[in-house]
Amino acid sequence: MLQAILDFWALHAPVLSVLLPVFTAVLLLLLGDHDGMSAQGGGHATARLRWRRRLALGSTSLGLVMAAGLVWRAASGELMVYELGEWPAPFGIVLVVDRLSALMVLLTTLIAWPVLWYACGGWDTRGRHFHAIFQFQLMGLCGAFLTGDLFNLFVFFEVLLIASYVLLLHGQGRERLRMGVHYVVLNLAASGLFLVGLAMVYATTGTLNMADVALHVASLQGEGRMLFQAAALILLVVFGLKAALVPLYFWLPGTYAAACAPVAALFAIMTKVGVYSIIRMHWVIVGIDAGEASFTAQPWLLPLALMTSVLGVLGALGAHTMGRLVAYLTVSSVGTILAGVGLFTPETLSASLYYTLHSTVVIAGLFLFVELVAAQRGAACDRLQPAAAVREPVLLGVMMLFGAASAAGLPPLPGFIGKLMILESSSGLPAQAWVWTVVLVVGFLTIIGLARAGVVVFWHVQPDANTHDAGRSPHMLGAAASLMVLTVLMAVFASPIKRYTDATAQQLVDKAFYAETILKRQGGVDLRTTLPYDGSRGPFERPEPLVKETE
Amino acid sequence: MSMEFLLASGIGFVTACGIYLLLRGRTFPVVLGLSLIGYAVNVFIFLMGRLWTDALPILVGNEAVADPLPQALVLTAIVIGFATTGFVIELALRSRHESGSDHVDGHEPGHAPGYVPSPSANDGHGGRS
Repeated sequence: MLQAILDFWALHAPVLSVLLPVFTAVLLLLLGDHDGMSAQGGGHATARLRWRRRLALGSTSLGLVMAAGLVWRAASGELMVYELGEWPAPFGIVLVVDRLSALMVLLTTLIAWPVLWYACGGWDTRGRHFHAIFQFQLMGLCGAFLTGDLFNLFVFFEVLLIASYVLLLHGQGRERLRMGVHYVVLNLAASGLFLVGLAMVYATTGTLNMADVALHVASLQGEGRMLFQAAALILLVVFGLKAALVPLYFWLPGTYAAACAPVAALFAIMTKVGVYSIIRMHWVIVGIDAGEASFTAQPWLLPLALMTSVLGVLGALGAHTMGRLVAYLTVSSVGTILAGVGLFTPETLSASLYYTLHSTVVIAGLFLFVELVAAQRGAACDRLQPAAAVREPVLLGVMMLFGAASAAGLPPLPGFIGKLMILESSSGLPAQAWVWTVVLVVGFLTIIGLARAGVVVFWHVQPDANTHDAGRSPHMLGAAASLMVLTVLMAVFASPIKRYTDATAQQLVDKAFYAETILKRQGGVDLRTTLPYDGSRGPFERPEPLVKETE
Repeated sequence: MSMEFLLASGIGFVTACGIYLLLRGRTFPVVLGLSLIGYAVNVFIFLMGRLWTDALPILVGNEAVADPLPQALVLTAIVIGFATTGFVIELALRSRHESGSDHVDGHEPGHAPGYVPSPSANDGHGGRS
């Protein structure tokens, strides 16, 4: 029995990671959520709520196990290709699990589990269908990380964005609606741009399969190459908006600060979807070995990333609430990650990936802690002004200090290890001076910003003010603390993780292996590939492109 | 040539109108702007299969056919665009209801959040910002 399940999983592993959240979401919808806000009341409603929580947590646990399985399989260097509907690669949509995809899916579920557990402490009763939307969000995230087709990437982007629109509004309130309008309009405009970029990619290469596009790019010349590079840079704008790259980051602090804590914590992974897409598009497709189009994004990515890092930390220094402070730290960390990506060497990419893992987890944890601290401070909420003392200054203080030190990059926490890797891997490169200066100064300014917040929140207290019991639930504290424990584990197991990310970077460089595995059947036949459908209009001249009508 | 020019300038014009509306201050023009940009983008995708005249839509024998893939792509894009437009309209209505203003910033320019214009001032010409 167990063997049969394992065999089934081994056969369908990539698609199961996408299907599991969908089916869970549909089940949750069928289970209904008519009680919504009043769920804490009657016995019937509570029983249903309990079932919803069990189902959501159980499904996410299973997703976590499957994601670990994907990483375990990908670690061996295996490239899992899953042809949806058995349509072969450039014609149909494929899901591809390489080391990078598996790692990102594991990171998603690693964040999702504690966040969902935290949300079960009460947030899921302050609006309807929280659990179902949460699962749809997970589906979109896993799908975006696993797909090997550019148009399918767009579709999964839309899935995760639509779920995120609703999650952002969870709990309602004027501020959330106001930021929600901005967020939705910006992302819809970006979706239009995404489609323009994709259409241009299709026009120049005649395919949307990532491996096939990567093959075609190397042989593009003249006008076609320039058009393709324009498309790649349009896509950089789109992904830069998701990742909150300068000058497209203005939406992020307000939006994340307005979202409720579990949603903001889950959104910590959303910026990484942008980073992931930039790696796929500008590293793999128009990065190395792309003929005349090689390193299209190089003049832009590194300067923009360094500016993002600096402006993010300046925003953190000027933030007037803890929520905005952490949101600006998100921006700053994305800048540091993309600096490593923008240096375009496997070593810096590997360091960036390690830092991605760490910064995502730490920022998710900080978002949760900020809300707990804010709840204990009563009316002052998370504003940085003297207010009532928190009820548990030691526990919360230590946890915040821990998260802060990790975000700022103080030894021996993983933030320090990640930044050290980036510094080390960038030494000897032409941009070394810039990277070192920015990373070190940003680390220093982060310490100042977080120290200011810590002093105001924990030491600058009004002794006579009433304290509040809210936010003392051991359940929620445990969920938030588990994210901090996760960062410690990342520091402890830094060496195996680094080996994995090194191998990830090497795998991304090896474009030939990627193309061969996806585009070639077993046996020594040539790569299946497509031709751009821009040939002569006369009949009888080009019969061969007619086979590619099914993507 | 003339067909290409017509379509290219048409897409450009619609996009320009869409961007103008998108930058307006009220939610209704913004939604209209998003729709216009969506239309322009859909035609653009369609064009990326190149312009074909006298070509069959489906494969018959050895004759030339119009590229079918952009048609499939554009169908997906239309469906997604329709759904998101529905959502953004609902969101805009909800925001209007909660804040008492249909300005994208959630409050009337020059007034604090929560300010609701008096009924006499709201004579149907208040849409400027």
